[in-house]
Amino acid sequence: MGITFQDVAYTYQAGTPFESQALHDINLTIADQSFTAIIGHTGSGKSTLVQHLNALLKPTSGTVTIGDRQITPETNNKNLKPLRQKVGMVFQFPENQLFEETVAKDIAFGPMNFGMSATDAAKKAAEMLDLVGLPAELLERSPFDLSGGQMRRVAIAGVLAMAPEVLILDEPTAGLDPAGRREIMGMVTRLHEQQKLTVVLITHHMEDVANYADHVIVMEHGTVAKVGQPSEIFQDVEWLQKRQLGVPETTEFAARLQKRGFKFTRLPLTEVELAAALLPQLPREAVSQPHDE
Amino acid sequence: MNKLLFGRFIPGNSVIHRLDPRNKLLLSFYYIGIIFLANNWLTYLVLFLFTILAVRLSNIKMSFFIRGVRPLIWLILFTVLLQVFFTRGGTTYWSWGPIVLSQFGIVNGVYIFMRFVLIIFMSTLLTLTTPPLSLADAIEAILKPLRIVHFPVYEVALMLSIALRFVPTLMDETEKIMNAQRARGVDFGEGNIFQQMRAVVPLLIPLFVSSFNRAEDLATAMEARGYQGGEGRSKYRILTWRAADNWAVIAFVLLTGILIWLRA
Repeated sequence: MGITFQDVAYTYQAGTPFESQALHDINLTIADQSFTAIIGHTGSGKSTLVQHLNALLKPTSGTVTIGDRQITPETNNKNLKPLRQKVGMVFQFPENQLFEETVAKDIAFGPMNFGMSATDAAKKAAEMLDLVGLPAELLERSPFDLSGGQMRRVAIAGVLAMAPEVLILDEPTAGLDPAGRREIMGMVTRLHEQQKLTVVLITHHMEDVANYADHVIVMEHGTVAKVGQPSEIFQDVEWLQKRQLGVPETTEFAARLQKRGFKFTRLPLTEVELAAALLPQLPREAVSQPHDE
Repeated sequence: MNKLLFGRFIPGNSVIHRLDPRNKLLLSFYYIGIIFLANNWLTYLVLFLFTILAVRLSNIKMSFFIRGVRPLIWLILFTVLLQVFFTRGGTTYWSWGPIVLSQFGIVNGVYIFMRFVLIIFMSTLLTLTTPPLSLADAIEAILKPLRIVHFPVYEVALMLSIALRFVPTLMDETEKIMNAQRARGVDFGEGNIFQQMRAVVPLLIPLFVSSFNRAEDLATAMEARGYQGGEGRSKYRILTWRAADNWAVIAFVLLTGILIWLRA
């Protein structure tokens, strides 16, 4: 399911003395089955933007087209449920949304709101818990007994249980340890590849963008500053650094090597690409020698 | 939720903004007291002009104050209508059983309306020009004499300032959890009363849980920074009484004098 923004603007508390415009003239397309990363400095409007993707916010002007549904400022709030089912949204620190007595009930809560029967929803909950990599014995535990990382996975399972076609994740790995980060990102990639989910990821972690995304949107002061593939976006190291965004460490390292005389047709994003680009440039002895020692 | 004006503070640097919050708080209460001195057109006019002058001095747009009245308008109208239709006296214009429309009734209704509006204007002026934390300080300073009767002034002041500090944080949190649950298919404010009440559960439980967690974290952080109780602490924000505060008090004394002189 593709999503298109046409001249979208959004103003918080419009018509009051406290109004502030968060988005200006947004035009962008999120293609079906793409893995889109949205990056930008804190307060650049990323979170406001994604709340338009499932009509939690309606544009104050312009049109958002989600699949075959158009959201305009005049759209009323009735019948948004089918839309919300198709566009699953994982908010920042989603563990704060857990409330049921047991993990199973909490995961089943979403599907049941969309009309699934209790028995089907319970079956679904067990499936989803397995999908996010948690053992089945947690099903009957209280969500508040779990560790932070487990709670987050239960929360994500609760969103996945609604079988969305588009999955939006707002900094899903914030505050997690490196292992937790890898697990969550691995899970998201798996879903993207196996279930053909359209994924929209907000992150401050450029490595995640380089490793997983195929499309990047750079936000700045409530506008779209740049759009493209990660390999294009990360070429302009200075442009990004000026916006306090940075590039993957590998790319930064490569840029420094370039200043010392190494040549790259384009700056590599991952260690593998870097190694491949460096290998032909190294003197023969340097490559073979480590094996002799 | 964001449209709520009550308790909102608008930063500024007017004469009113710079008054000592203790003074502002006490004078606001005093004002509510003296408003009951007014009992004829002239006294209400004086009060009205005085209030408008205070509003002008604050450099805040009139529309803010009118918006402050709006949420209470039904209460005001209800009270005014009761007054108008159930007061006898003077010329009776119309009557139907116990309901009468009389001269006194109409006059009383207008007085009550004025009283409401003036009180709301003055208290809105207080909250719009005083940061909540200064208000908490002022309340602490005013409550201090109660220590004689072993009233826990410092503890109350601490709770008050923490509560005020977390009001916006909790509002943000509420908004966030509401959105998260909406994304999971919850309809807030739709359906019959029972459905609506049931929809609140997925909002209330996470809010309580996160408040407990927050309280625990905050308590730990306070202890780690050496907080041992209210007694014997020094203060960072010190309230100062300036010349303008004297003038404000003089203005209120004059107002009281004029009201007493003019009242019928």
